[in-house]
Amino acid sequence: MPAEVHVPIERELDIVTARQKGRALAGGIGFSSTEQTIIALAISEIARNILSYAQRGGVSISELDAAGRRGILIVARDDGPGIADVELAMRDGYSTAKSLGVGLPGAKRVMDEFELESALGKGTTITMKKWLR
Amino acid sequence: MPVPILKQGEVLIASIQAALTDKDLVELRDELARQVGAYRSRGVIIDVAALDVLDSFATRTLRAIVYIAKLRGASTVVVGIQPDVAFAMVQLGLNLEGVVTALDLEEGLDHLAALAGRSGGRAG
Repeated sequence: MPAEVHVPIERELDIVTARQKGRALAGGIGFSSTEQTIIALAISEIARNILSYAQRGGVSISELDAAGRRGILIVARDDGPGIADVELAMRDGYSTAKSLGVGLPGAKRVMDEFELESALGKGTTITMKKWLR
Repeated sequence: MPVPILKQGEVLIASIQAALTDKDLVELRDELARQVGAYRSRGVIIDVAALDVLDSFATRTLRAIVYIAKLRGASTVVVGIQPDVAFAMVQLGLNLEGVVTALDLEEGLDHLAALAGRSGGRAG
């Protein structure tokens, strides 16, 4: 049974919890210490994104094992207002709230796969994967 | 968890002990701004060696602390960024432009002492 954790994101401390659990899980999968830090950082950004824009949501982190290929899957979900212009939100330097506007593009850059689905009034789901090399 | 701030001569040393929430970082910013005035400090050192990551909020807040301290007449040095943390920051495209950094506390104190020497002030 592959490892899996879910962290509800409702307050600032949850961001820390999510990235720490993500780091531990990544370590268990076999990611290097540097990769664990990169994964923790990416989780920190998408978890903060939930808190900044949707106030509440959750981050699920699990082990990927697909045909002998191992990796980590991180899914951040919220039922917030959604993102009107996904392309704009993913542009480096763009931000409507209190971040630098580098969080999401940065997370995308360090992951092997990154998908952002959003519908106005229905929330946002970010799915990202990183494979073990 | 609040960050302990030690006063050593004209230097304030904020020694972060564990991962910080956004609120802890904002409180550190406000507390340093206050203490720089209260103790007439010329230098501030922020030791981030215990931080698990420096994300976009943390880098933005550190830049704010440095600028606020500067407006209050103090120079800040951020010390102790761990190799993995530095590497992750570079990969994500986060930066601490305009922030003076040093390897560790000792190097940071040396830097501030050199500044104080140049400006004719007492060394911390």
